[in-house]
Amino acid sequence: MTDQLDYLKKQASLGKLSRRDFLGKTSALGVSAAAAGTMFATVARADTPKKGGDFKLGSVGGESTNSLDPATYASQVPFHNGKQFGDTLVDVTGDGSIKNILAESVESSADAKTWMFKMRKDVEFHNGKTMTAEDVMKTMERHSNEDSKSGALGIMKGIESMKVDGDMFSVTLKDPNADLPYLMADYHLIIQPNGGMDAPDAGIGTGPYKLEVNEPGVRHAYTKFENYWADDAHFDSVEIIVINDATARTAALQSGQVHMINRVEPKVAGLLDRAPNVSVTSTAGRGHYVFIMHIDTAPFDENELRLALKHAINREDMVDKILRGYGSVGNDMPINSSYPLFDASIPQRSFDLAKAAEHYKKSGHDGSPIVLRVADAAFPGAVDAASLFQQSAAQAGIPLEIKREPNDGYWSEVWNVQPFCASYWGGRPVQDQMYSTAYLSTADWNDTRFKNPEFDAMLLAARAELDNAKRKDIYSKMGYMVRDEGGLICPMFNDFVEAHSTDLMGWGSNGNQELMNGLITRDMWFA
Amino acid sequence: MHPIIKLVAQRFSLGILLLVAASVLIFGLTEALPGDAAQAVLGQAATAESLANLREEMGLNRPATTRYFEWFGGIITGDLGTSIVNRLDIAESVGKRLGNTLFLAFWAALVSVPLAIFLGLLAVRYRNRWPDKLISGVTLTTISIPEFLIGYVLVYFLAVKLGFGSALAMINDSMTLFEKLQSIVLPVMVLTLVVLAHMMRMTRAAILNVMQSAYIETAELKGLSTFNVIAKHAFPNAVSPIVNVVMLNLAYLVVGVVVVEVVFVYPGMGQFLVDAVTKRDVPVVLACGVIFAAIYIGLNMLADIISILANPRLRHPK
Repeated sequence: MTDQLDYLKKQASLGKLSRRDFLGKTSALGVSAAAAGTMFATVARADTPKKGGDFKLGSVGGESTNSLDPATYASQVPFHNGKQFGDTLVDVTGDGSIKNILAESVESSADAKTWMFKMRKDVEFHNGKTMTAEDVMKTMERHSNEDSKSGALGIMKGIESMKVDGDMFSVTLKDPNADLPYLMADYHLIIQPNGGMDAPDAGIGTGPYKLEVNEPGVRHAYTKFENYWADDAHFDSVEIIVINDATARTAALQSGQVHMINRVEPKVAGLLDRAPNVSVTSTAGRGHYVFIMHIDTAPFDENELRLALKHAINREDMVDKILRGYGSVGNDMPINSSYPLFDASIPQRSFDLAKAAEHYKKSGHDGSPIVLRVADAAFPGAVDAASLFQQSAAQAGIPLEIKREPNDGYWSEVWNVQPFCASYWGGRPVQDQMYSTAYLSTADWNDTRFKNPEFDAMLLAARAELDNAKRKDIYSKMGYMVRDEGGLICPMFNDFVEAHSTDLMGWGSNGNQELMNGLITRDMWFA
Repeated sequence: MHPIIKLVAQRFSLGILLLVAASVLIFGLTEALPGDAAQAVLGQAATAESLANLREEMGLNRPATTRYFEWFGGIITGDLGTSIVNRLDIAESVGKRLGNTLFLAFWAALVSVPLAIFLGLLAVRYRNRWPDKLISGVTLTTISIPEFLIGYVLVYFLAVKLGFGSALAMINDSMTLFEKLQSIVLPVMVLTLVVLAHMMRMTRAAILNVMQSAYIETAELKGLSTFNVIAKHAFPNAVSPIVNVVMLNLAYLVVGVVVVEVVFVYPGMGQFLVDAVTKRDVPVVLACGVIFAAIYIGLNMLADIISILANPRLRHPK
């Protein structure tokens, strides 16, 4: 089958197969239409990028309260703004490896405690200044100092000291960390002149596009920066238009007013893909839709009850109905095969009413309804997913009571406060970061109250381990622990479902963040 | 003092009082919502430490009354303050949004008000015959369909299928007036369809009421054409209720169009206010709320004054 598929892909890339024929022929090979659409978009690109054109993105997740200060980025539109005007030291590629951006080379000491970044020369900020290692250090200081409110504060905590020596920026850590470059790829850590200490929200960086218009919640317009240091980024101008309404986004793409949109609703993705001149893509990501239990609160302090609930959820059904197939089943741990060092041999937990009933009986729960709090703010379709969960649990004799909460204030009043609720986790580039963010005993966002000294010790050991085979082994054990003892019920991982006009070339799969990790305006071009 | 000037002065000071009351109410309600700006901004990413830092920076640690009076002090000196979330100057950002909202409302009103009144007159002229029934039927249908649905239907059939108008009603400073008008064609159509019925029916009812009067019969006996009777004799006496309903609809066109703004991604005040409320950006909510209240109160005041001027009995109270 692979041979045939490769042949078809090649034909498509040569332009010998139309999209329709490609979909038809691959479906005969048992490839789903969603997967085939993605494949077609990947292969059907001209070889050499062309310069020029005015690119327009219609994006969800922008508000009139947005700031350009990278420390405050928490939704899609600010994230894409950062990708236009700014650069980070390094970035993560689609296959999970590190790519140097503003750093020319990255080296570590043998114990992974000290990391040295040699900075690229002759990189210019949009205000005309030349970037120095000093700017880099100031940036890191701004995100890590005590009164910082940066979204990257959590990952900067492990830094003991930083220093600059010529064009060399070095970081010394409190504890060894083999994954430090991944942390430096965080999208908040955009290098700004003097670290953004003077004007954090000026929108000045070293990125390919220079800010022209900043109307938060409406649009952000950029033109190509003439002294940009790299040779990617092919458009003359980029405009990010805030379109929070899903139907308006689809209509804007179909009527040609924008060239690309994010967050296509799974229920319309299939229909949209049939429209002429539009290509729908789906990228496996690391974000997951979850139900979380506080394992230090009754009745969830009883592991038998947790196991009962974990067995009583029908994962396939949820991927089918909530994600319409644009996703994959979860295994009650926050890690999936998109992560480096993932152990694929951990058995998949399945929907098993007999086991659920058995664990429920062993838990000795008094039969009073277990309250599950949900709102669609947790993830799209959360309320429906909870109903599905309620029904399948009822079949195992477990009474769930759904309490619907308002979307407004969900993250401050319900999540991380109530013992059992629906939630969403965006992925992290590496396992260490995911576990440190939400499963370490001391983590601020330990939303399942999973506190296990043995687990913590293993996490630190894996972090310092430079031998990948050994690391993989430790991560596998940790995965088992969270899966079998933790408070996380993870029924599904969602894909990034996006769509672009067929005039655009160069689409590639990168599931670190949406829209090719935000690299659409660097890697894509107009045919 | 002339009774009319006195009346206007009275109404005006009452309006100011009402505005202050509205601002207290808005401030109180926003404060009463669960969570504050710091929590809303940080969302799922909040930690105790970053919350404390942000609250300090936003000045949320001070008592609510202090913050209200600071804001109040600012507004009487004409300073709307700065947003506590993105620190942009409120007067500037609201000004732009308000301009957009008024632009859309103006063109929608320019189309819908004369059209509604004309259709109302037409309905009276052919009352209980097919033109009357057709006008009522169509306008009542469009007012009964939710505006977002009308919006989506127009977008799908006109913008996507026929390429007429634009699905996104984005306007900005670099566009010419003609380009702007081109991009707001669809929202203007939707708004017109939504407000038409109310004004049309009121015009029809008010004029029909007057048509029962003896002087109309006289005018008819004088040999005037039906349309002349309606336009010259009936309409001036029916102005008062019509002006009232027109003003109500104008106020709606300014303050009530958030759904249409969302459907057409129009950068107006409604969306701006919703964003500010979800982020608990109290100074922005207050600024928007007071502007909306001022427009509402102002238009209603105008309606009252016009209907008094139009009616000699009210013009010279005993």
